[in-house]
Amino acid sequence: MARSDVKLIGAWASPFVMRPRIALNLKSVPYEFLQETFGSKSELLLKSNPVHKKIPVLLHGDKPVCESNIIVEYIDDTWSSSGPSMLPSDPYDRAMARFWAAYIDEKWFVALKSFLKAGGEEEKKAVIAQLEEGNAFLEKAFIDCSKGKPFFNGDNIGYLDIALGCFLAWLRVTELAVSHKILDEAKTPSLSKWAENFCNDPAVKPVMPETAKLAEFAKKIFPKPQA
Amino acid sequence: MAEEVILLDFWASMFGMRIRIALSEKRVKYDYREEDLWDKSSLLLEMNPVHKKIPVLIHNGKPVCESLIQIEYIDETWPDKNPLLPSDPYKRAHAKFWADFIDKKVNVTARRIWAAKGEEQEAAKEFIEILKTLESELGDKKYFGDETFGYVDIALIGFYSWFGVYEKFGNISIESECSKLIAWAKRCLERESVAKALPESEKVTTFVSDRRKKLGLE
Repeated sequence: MARSDVKLIGAWASPFVMRPRIALNLKSVPYEFLQETFGSKSELLLKSNPVHKKIPVLLHGDKPVCESNIIVEYIDDTWSSSGPSMLPSDPYDRAMARFWAAYIDEKWFVALKSFLKAGGEEEKKAVIAQLEEGNAFLEKAFIDCSKGKPFFNGDNIGYLDIALGCFLAWLRVTELAVSHKILDEAKTPSLSKWAENFCNDPAVKPVMPETAKLAEFAKKIFPKPQA
Repeated sequence: MAEEVILLDFWASMFGMRIRIALSEKRVKYDYREEDLWDKSSLLLEMNPVHKKIPVLIHNGKPVCESLIQIEYIDETWPDKNPLLPSDPYKRAHAKFWADFIDKKVNVTARRIWAAKGEEQEAAKEFIEILKTLESELGDKKYFGDETFGYVDIALIGFYSWFGVYEKFGNISIESECSKLIAWAKRCLERESVAKALPESEKVTTFVSDRRKKLGLE
């Protein structure tokens, strides 16, 4: 099968779509980016992901791979000889990376998303408390996983860096919208430094949406909640 | 090398059953510790401070949490016997997709059948649809992993011990709606690892009836 026959169905604003894009960049795999129009789903998407009907979907040849973190692992496994490994080699360290990636999706991102929708002060306070607890967990996780190196995965960006880093643009948009610093250098110095390093990585820069453009888009899809 | 493997678990947990099965398939000896979910041990809270949930696998003092992650850890740590995940990247991604589907859809919907007042009928209908999707994925294969019992089978089979609960409180017959899936479950139960891991269906149903009374649903 032609290794260059890779397509990715996605959208520029989706953090989940960013994940496989970064992974493909890390492995220097050329691909065709098929952008979905916001508000409608293409025939190809519905055919390739009939179960969830969601992006991203990686098409390798015509074989679809769905679910962003699963796609990232697939990319790592398939193009294992190109570029460094995105997961550690030790089974325990791998389990830790997967654990924190799952936590980020199930708890941390859910809290971040609810911040944009939060109405009154009480609701906002509750979300802030959740995010602060989450950030404290992630700060410690970073120290444990990175073992003194710049990224969760060590010297190079990997699975867990991608799992969290993909949300940084949305994080900035949310901070602006709610006038509250969510990722605070004072409270989470290591994570803040990591965020800066992540955003400057050559595999990330081309696919990280501009904050202003994303903020405009956010206003469209998250209309201001009633106070 | 001396290995210490401890499993913090709860007898009726379909997630705990996954780990009992995985460890058994790998012939790994472990110390099973029953948790009281309404009075969690300090060890559990220390080993899983983020979620405070079972199952927790403690290997030589280091905790691994989240059942699907634990299965993969077990597969990677004891690779010699009975591989649980395929080695081919595409087949692996496919297996992970379906296990993820099970985690996202099966439990959430199934729980509504017995734990949410007034939602039984709707949840039961949705639940059957979800099982039918899984049945369609199984097709005519012996197991979800084709000829080899593995990751997706392990992810799903524990729910079989709860089918009596869903049938009773959802007023459905899973056998008549999803006979192929029931046949698959019975094939899985022929494996010693599964037969030993799953509790008796009646015991689970009695437990849930008691829970419903305590929750004021009966």
